Amino acid sequence: MDATAILEVLSRTVPAAGLEPVQSADGMPTIVVAREQLVDTCRALRDVPELRFAFLVDLLPVDYLPREPRFEIVYLMASLGMSGFGDTPKRLRVKVRVPGHDAMVPSVSSVWPAANWSEREAYDLFGIHFSDHPDLRRILMPDDWEGYPLRKDYPVQIKLPVKTYEPLQVSQDQFVASIEATRERARKE
Amino acid sequence: MPELRSETMTVNMGPQHPSTHGVLRIVLELSGETVVGADTTVGFLHTGIEKTAEQKKWQQVIPLVERMDYLAAQSNSLCYVLSVEKLLGLEMPQRVKDIRVLLAELQRITSHLVWLGTHGLEIGAVSVMMYCFREREQLLNVNEMLAGFRMFPSYLRIGGLREDLPTGFHETVKKFLDAFPGKLKEYEDLLTQNQIWLKRTRSVGLIPQDLAIAYGLVGPMARAAGVPYDVRRTFPYLGYETYDFDVPTGTAGDVYDRYLVRVEEMRQSTRIAQQALARISPRGVYDIQDYRIVPPPKDKVYTEMEALIQHFLIYSQGFNVPAGEAYVPIEGPRGEHGFSIVSDGSNRPVRIKLRAPSFYACQALPKAIIGGMIADVIAVIGSTDVVMGDVDR
Repeated sequence: MDATAILEVLSRTVPAAGLEPVQSADGMPTIVVAREQLVDTCRALRDVPELRFAFLVDLLPVDYLPREPRFEIVYLMASLGMSGFGDTPKRLRVKVRVPGHDAMVPSVSSVWPAANWSEREAYDLFGIHFSDHPDLRRILMPDDWEGYPLRKDYPVQIKLPVKTYEPLQVSQDQFVASIEATRERARKE
Repeated sequence: MPELRSETMTVNMGPQHPSTHGVLRIVLELSGETVVGADTTVGFLHTGIEKTAEQKKWQQVIPLVERMDYLAAQSNSLCYVLSVEKLLGLEMPQRVKDIRVLLAELQRITSHLVWLGTHGLEIGAVSVMMYCFREREQLLNVNEMLAGFRMFPSYLRIGGLREDLPTGFHETVKKFLDAFPGKLKEYEDLLTQNQIWLKRTRSVGLIPQDLAIAYGLVGPMARAAGVPYDVRRTFPYLGYETYDFDVPTGTAGDVYDRYLVRVEEMRQSTRIAQQALARISPRGVYDIQDYRIVPPPKDKVYTEMEALIQHFLIYSQGFNVPAGEAYVPIEGPRGEHGFSIVSDGSNRPVRIKLRAPSFYACQALPKAIIGGMIADVIAVIGSTDVVMGDVDR
C-alpha cells in the first residue's frame, strides 16, 4: 500500500485537508499530518481494518535549525500482517511539523502506550512538549538538567561546574515529598 | 482488640542491584510480598552517543553505535550500515550479504547465551552460566579472528566489510556450529524439565499478545505470547527469504515460554548460519569496490596516483550521503532493531536514532511485575532481556 492508497482510506475517517503525501528517500510511504488532527489520524491508522497499524515502531524528533518549521516529529509504524494485527504487512512514516517558538504536539500515548516513554525522551532531549501526556518528566538526563542536549543550538563541548561534590541540600520536607511522589506514581501504574 | 495496622512498604531496587542487568532502578510498592506498584527509572547509563555521532563522519559512527547495545554489537552496526546504504542506493555483492547474515546469526547466539547464563544465575541455576559462557568464549574468539577485537569488532562497514575473512575462519565457525546443537541439549537437560525452573518461571510475568504489541515488545517477547512476527520473515532483508528456518512461538507469554522461544531461536540461528557458511567462499569480494565509499586496496595506494588521492579523500573528508531519511528494520536478538537516520547531503549525519527494544521492554516492565511476588521480579527482568546500554544509549 503506498501513501496515496493509505490517504484514500484515511480520508473516509478524518478530514483530508490536513493530510499530505510526501516523497521519502528510502521508499517508505510517508505522510505529513497537521498538528491539530494528529491524535484522530493516529487512532484511525490504528483502528481502521484496512490499515491496522497496531505497532508503533519508533518516535523521534528531528531538529532542522535554521529552517522553519524547525522540528519534525516522525512516527514510524507497522502493520504486522497477522491475525488481529492487520491483513498485510506494511509500514508507514507519519510526520508532524512543529515551529520552534511553539514546540507543542498532542500526545499519542492514549493511542499507543508505547509512545509514553518515547515522548518523554523527545521532551528530555529536544524540549518538545506533549499536551495531555500523563507523566511528562525527563527520562534520560537528570531532573535538574538545564537545556535540551540534542537540539542543534546546544553546544557539543560544554563546561559546567561539577555538582557531584557539593553537599546535597535536601530538607526533611523535600525528602518526604519526593518519597510521597514516587509512591504515588508507583501506585498509579 | 486494637485494629491491625496495615500499610504498604516502599522498597528501592537498584540501580546497583546485580540482577538488574546494569543500572535499572525500580521503586517497588509492596503489600507483604506482593508487588502492588512499580516505578521504573532509567538513564543512569546515558552517554549521549546520538549527539556524539552528529559530530562524526558517516563511517566513524560505526564504533559508536556498536557500543549502544553492547551485547549485540554487530546487530547495531548492521542496521546502521543498512540504513546508510539505503540512502546511498548501494546494492551489496551476494558474498557480502551472506557474510553479514552469518555474523548477525552468530551475534544472536552470543547475545542469547549471555541472556541464558545470567537469567539462569539469577533464578538459581548457577551452573548454566558456566556452560553458556564457555560457548560464548568461542564466538568471541571468532570476533577476535575477524577483527582483533572481541566485543566490538567494527567489522561491518558502509559499503561492505573491513577486510576479507581471515585464514581458518571457515574451519573455526564450522567446528562451533557442528558442536553447538549438542551444547544446546546440555542446557535444555539442565533446565527445561527441571522442577525448580518450572516452578520459578511458569505463569510468571504474563504479557499477553495485545499488551505486547501495544507496548512495542516485538521480537521474542511477542513471539512467546503467540505473535509469529519476525522481521526476517515479514520484511525480509539481506536475502533471508532464501534461507530455510522456522519462527518459534509460544502460547502463554510467561517467563518459561520466553525461555523456550529463545533457546529454539538459538537452534534456528545455527541452521541459518550453517546455510550461510556453505554459501560463502573462503576468498572473494568483500566490498562494493567503489572507491568513493570504501578505501582502495593498499597495494594500489602505494603504486597508483588515483588510488592515493581516493585514499586521502576518504580518510580526510569521508563521503557525502544524499539528503533524506531512511529506516531499515532488522531482527536483532531483542526484537526489531533499526536506525532512523537523517542526512542533509553532507559527510556527517544530522540525526541518528536507534529503535531500542530494551527501552520498550523497560517501559512495560511494571505491567508484568505488578500483582506478582517480589521474588518473581528478578525472574521477569531476566526474561525481558534488557540491556541498559540499549535503553539509555
